Amino acid sequence: MAEFGNPEVIEEEVDILLIGGGMACCGAAYEIMRWMEGTDLTVKLIDKAAMDRSGAVAQGLSAINTYLGDNDPADYARMVANDLMGITRDDLAYDLGRHVDDSVHLFEEWGLPIWKQPGDEDKPLKDGGKPVRSGKWQIMINGESYKWIVAEAAKKALGTDKIQERVFIVKLINDKNDPTRVAGAIGFSVREHKVHVYKFKACLLAAGGCVNIFRPRSVGEGTGRAWYPVWNSGSTYAMAAEAGAELTMMENRFVPARFKDGYGPVGAWFLLFKAKATNAIGEVYMDKNKEMLNEYPPYGQAAVPASCLRNHLMMHEMKEGRGPIYMDTPTALAKLAETMTPKEIKHLEAEAWEDFLDMCIGQAGVWAGENIEPEKKPSELMPTEPYLLGSHSGCCGIWVSGPTDVGAPAEWSWGYRSMTTVKGLFTAGDGVGASGHKFSSGSHAEGRISAKAMVKFALDNKDWKPELDTPVNELVEEIYKPVRTYLEFKDYSTAIDINPNYITPKMLQFRLQKIMDEYCAGVATWYQTNAHMLQVCEDKLEMLKEDSLKMRAKDLHELLRAWENYHRIITAEAHMKHIQFREESRYPGFYYRMDFNFVDEENWKCFVNSTYDRKTKEWTCKKVPHVDLVSKPTAA
Amino acid sequence: MPTFVRTEKCDGCKGQDKTACMYICPHDLMKLDKDGSETGHAMKAFNQEPEQCWECYSCIKICPQQAIEARAYADIVPLGGSVQPLRGSDSIMWTIKFRNGMMKRFKFPIRTTPEGSIDPYTGKPAVDMGKIDQPGFFTMSGELKGDRSQLVCL
Ligand SMILES: Cc1cc2nc3c(=O)[nH]c(=O)nc-3n(C[C@H](O)[C@H](O)[C@H](O)COP(=O)(O)OP(=O)(O)OC[C@H]3O[C@@H](n4cnc5c(N)ncnc54)[C@H](O)[C@@H]3O)c2cc1C
Ligand code: SF4
Ligand code: SF4
Repeated sequence: MAEFGNPEVIEEEVDILLIGGGMACCGAAYEIMRWMEGTDLTVKLIDKAAMDRSGAVAQGLSAINTYLGDNDPADYARMVANDLMGITRDDLAYDLGRHVDDSVHLFEEWGLPIWKQPGDEDKPLKDGGKPVRSGKWQIMINGESYKWIVAEAAKKALGTDKIQERVFIVKLINDKNDPTRVAGAIGFSVREHKVHVYKFKACLLAAGGCVNIFRPRSVGEGTGRAWYPVWNSGSTYAMAAEAGAELTMMENRFVPARFKDGYGPVGAWFLLFKAKATNAIGEVYMDKNKEMLNEYPPYGQAAVPASCLRNHLMMHEMKEGRGPIYMDTPTALAKLAETMTPKEIKHLEAEAWEDFLDMCIGQAGVWAGENIEPEKKPSELMPTEPYLLGSHSGCCGIWVSGPTDVGAPAEWSWGYRSMTTVKGLFTAGDGVGASGHKFSSGSHAEGRISAKAMVKFALDNKDWKPELDTPVNELVEEIYKPVRTYLEFKDYSTAIDINPNYITPKMLQFRLQKIMDEYCAGVATWYQTNAHMLQVCEDKLEMLKEDSLKMRAKDLHELLRAWENYHRIITAEAHMKHIQFREESRYPGFYYRMDFNFVDEENWKCFVNSTYDRKTKEWTCKKVPHVDLVSKPTAA
Repeated sequence: MPTFVRTEKCDGCKGQDKTACMYICPHDLMKLDKDGSETGHAMKAFNQEPEQCWECYSCIKICPQQAIEARAYADIVPLGGSVQPLRGSDSIMWTIKFRNGMMKRFKFPIRTTPEGSIDPYTGKPAVDMGKIDQPGFFTMSGELKGDRSQLVCL
């Protein structure tokens, strides 16, 4: 009988494994079942949570941020590139741009309410219904049940027998005969005493981005109030790196400027209400500090300057002592009141609250608790702690094979679309690096793109048999080590959390966050670092990684935390190594290398790619040339 | 805004082996205290790691007894406010109570089709295996979007 410390081991073989149950894997599930029809391929999806509410869309969303409509994919690729300071893969962005609308049309068909222009209320988008846009690329939705709907379609497509929820995948296993290939994955149930070992031909690793590697601004009960979902712990980047996949642009991070403390979205206030952000004395810093944008041509001079530069201008005010920064909601609402009836205003007010209630309910809680009525009182804005992600306004991730028909250099596509540099390992959504701005719809579409390629891969490798390079019992021991450590030492001291023989996953996480915050350009240093600080960071991370082998797990919940935090450490290390390697400050406002505090187009307009060697624990970084596939403004 | 469970309202999901809140929490926070050894309340659920709560409200929305509420993070927000939803099959109602007693109520649609009604493939085209190597989804027909003359390296 399986019990704590003595798990049952379940081994399974499928052709294709989907790791994650978020937007990307839901997209993959939908597309894959159709392409697999008539083949005798098998598939299984593993999610650490419940698909209905797992991943970044758990709360819902109030907008679909990528819907092209009448826009051209080339223009989309230009926008993505500019926002990410020039260094993105046009092939990936372009390809996404020409696919993404189809996923949005499906969402609408499945039941997602999409806002329409007056007169077009009953006309679906796919028949030309005009959406309400909150920006050039965004459309408004009633998105409380967004994930629920998308998951329902994915679950129906797959069938419940092909879904395993509440299993956390810890690592990928390379093939015994070909170390450049993946052959399996291992994880454990957080509900039962079971370890699951999967063997496969191909796998989609789409387990989201990485949250909580930096000390968050709130460290008490509010620790969980991260902007991106606190449960996405870098599994995608860490497992890919350990399997030998090349990562790209891991120096990139996203530091959103959001309503202070609740991290509520600001987009609707800027775009729908035309509100302005000001310093404490009411000056609009984007106008006042406009000149600062000229220091970063052409990225600062675009119609919408790069996100990091908008932070750069805001932080200038804060550092000069003119904080707090406010979203001037009273002025914006008063202005609208000049041309609108009270009823229209009330409607608009409901829309503003919905923006919070659909995707950041905590912000509504902050306003309620602080008696903030937006028509009377402005609200503070603040840049958050850094996040690593590849699907929102960030572009860190894995280097993948792109499409072959858009003029990309031959080195950008080496095989199946969306495959990483490890044979059989595919990724999508937050996993794909050097693109960004895919958001929910784009992640779904990207999952579908990779699904199709995986079917092709599996068919082409029909007779190939996966063989794991490590015996299963060794893998099980490794995964259950924190449990063994706990059982062995728990009675050494009377207080189970304070024991010289082990470290709790919680304290390990605090240590990681302290190191990253203080040395790797977190909020503690106003996002500033230099080579010396990074050296300290590197040394401290090394010891932290050693100590991670001494994590304890007193129950399955803590075992989950232990391995999530291990993934965070590997991801943090990649981030640090890339920042160390790139000797410039490519993203002012997100981070500054104070010893190279400039954008160096001549030497650093290139990708930085890295690989990790799981045996030696060494990282190797290199420059990879960048090419524009659509015309773009260049620095004069 | 960590969640808390109202002692008198929670019925432990009637002793089923999977409670709704445990099932849904994306961060594995909700836990059923079967014998009362952890909370003093046997067969009631609780949030086992409140400082990790994303306040996503998934558990609050799903609880069949409406036993779960949220109390704003004590280290950030003054006491007294509350934000509580009631999620139906096609809409959600929100009641927001401010610290000063002011109330706001909102109702928003959540979906246009009955729950469970999605039929993923009916009416969709069959795949053309000849196209498995090309861009495009099985649901798409005709030319892909895009003015290809803008691709400067072709
Ligand atoms: C606050 C916020 C606001 C946003 N606003 C918008 C918006 O307005 N419009 C928009 O279009 N997009 C928005 N997004 C972005 C969008 O949600 C993401 O781009 C998208 O969800 C990414 O998809 P994904 O599949 O890569 O990751 P996710 O959807 O996050 O899915 C990750 C999945 O992996 C699972 N998982 C993680 N680790 C493991 C593991 N080790 N083993 C097994 N499973 C694992 C998780 O449970 C989850 O199911 C927002 C996101 C957030 C958080
Ligand atoms: S879902 Fe509600 S009733 Fe069921 S165990 Fe959780 S709190 Fe109790
Ligand atoms: S609000 Fe979300 S994160 Fe918090 S306990 Fe409920 S389901 Fe979990």
